[in-house]
Amino acid sequence: MSEQRRLRIFRGTRSSGELKEYAVEAGEGMVVLDAVHKIQAEQAPDLAVRWNCKAGKCGSCSAEVNGRPKLMCMTRLSDYPVEQPITITPMKAFPLVRDLVTDVSWNYEVNKRIPGFRPRTPDAPDGTWRMFQYEVERPQEFRKCIECFLCQDVCHVLRTHGKHQEFIGPAFLVRAAAYETHPLDVAERRDFLKTEGGIALCNITKCCTEVCPESITITDNAIIPLKERVVDAHYDPLAALWRKLTGKSND
Amino acid sequence: MATSLRDLHEGGFGATLRRDSWWVAPALTATVLLSFAVYATWAAGTGTHYEWGPYLSPFYSPLIQTSWWPLSPAFLILVFPLGFRVTCYYYRKAYYRAFFLDPVACAVGEARHGYKGESKLPFLLQNVHRFFMYAAVVFIFILSYDVILALRWPVDGAWRAAGIIPAGSPRTFGIGLGTIVMAANVGLLACYTFGCHSLRHLVGGQVDCFSCARAGQLRYRLWRGVSGLNRHHMTWAWCSLFSVALTDLYIRLCAMGVITDIRIL
Repeated sequence: MSEQRRLRIFRGTRSSGELKEYAVEAGEGMVVLDAVHKIQAEQAPDLAVRWNCKAGKCGSCSAEVNGRPKLMCMTRLSDYPVEQPITITPMKAFPLVRDLVTDVSWNYEVNKRIPGFRPRTPDAPDGTWRMFQYEVERPQEFRKCIECFLCQDVCHVLRTHGKHQEFIGPAFLVRAAAYETHPLDVAERRDFLKTEGGIALCNITKCCTEVCPESITITDNAIIPLKERVVDAHYDPLAALWRKLTGKSND
Repeated sequence: MATSLRDLHEGGFGATLRRDSWWVAPALTATVLLSFAVYATWAAGTGTHYEWGPYLSPFYSPLIQTSWWPLSPAFLILVFPLGFRVTCYYYRKAYYRAFFLDPVACAVGEARHGYKGESKLPFLLQNVHRFFMYAAVVFIFILSYDVILALRWPVDGAWRAAGIIPAGSPRTFGIGLGTIVMAANVGLLACYTFGCHSLRHLVGGQVDCFSCARAGQLRYRLWRGVSGLNRHHMTWAWCSLFSVALTDLYIRLCAMGVITDIRIL
């Protein structure tokens, strides 16, 4: 059974633009990206939209549907009332290229700044390591990230306050946590997180967790544990005394 | 139909393209937290009706009665549970949204400029959360002891007229509805306290390689246990907030003679 749906899509560039309304015949099970493609095929061949897998795994079709950051390929039209138009706008935290396409290259530059994975000396003479599944489960959650940057988009530190120079954003705190909690990793990132990473700018309002399409518990499992590690290194006099007395880290 | 690019930006407070009732959750949070703050301040400030029979209000436990302190004894101890909640990672989310509107809801515009997050005073002080957690753990044991005391009732009923048990009165085992209320309160507070993010970090979260660390298996099990409670930290935070207020209210109403405690055993 098909029905007519109205979509208001942002059309324009960084300097000017508007929400333009399209009517589209929507079939059962159609997602927002399907409707956008139908419009592109039938009414607006110059409509710019980034997409790839249509399966919620590539993270390309990030946009805002009725003001909420979403993957268009994972958002069903039937989730919205028929009588109201669905508004689709580009991500607000990044510079607009055109229509629904934004320039997310800032994220890749941030990624390069994070101190990378550095394993301890090998456990065996043949240069291999030993670790157990139960202790890699923590970083494995963070490796589910598909780099859709919806968490970066919804984060008010970037979206509203524009602190791109001072804060790496939730996606890269997740990346840092993936390294930091890995059982083999020995690199020091706490100073980076406090200074360049700007972790103190996060006021843990959990919007990033709410929008993550991979259901990564960003705030509770990545950001807060990293904040606690920064407290260990910079704000806990008892931990500092312990390190001084024993000459050891908190581990 | 046209909307300018400028209109699409969340330029001011409340500006958003969201169509859901995003304001309901922060409004509800603000109402409940303010109501609790008003009730707790009043209950702690009265300095009366905080004990009845073997029951002691959680706002006044441990009860410190000294001649040099002119105010209610509750104010001597409430800084610890209050500090624990104020710096709690869950409550931070709740009140940053509800009171500081920073942001009031996800993808909704903010009015305030010059945002510094938790990098500058006063919010830099949120980093002391773990020290309040240490105190909160001690309070769980103190409140548990109060529950044990609430199982010890006077042998005769002469105390009921005044509501206060004279020192040295012979006691016997008993359970009243208030005992159950106090025990439930401690249970909920324990679930909230032992699911704390700082405790989670302390018991094992700081360890990367459990198989290499000292007592790694034990720390892993503790970390798993705390993580289990931590997954529902919000639920425990609200339930324990209500239970503390309701426990005080129950004991207060018994002490005022408004309700009669039910003796179960």
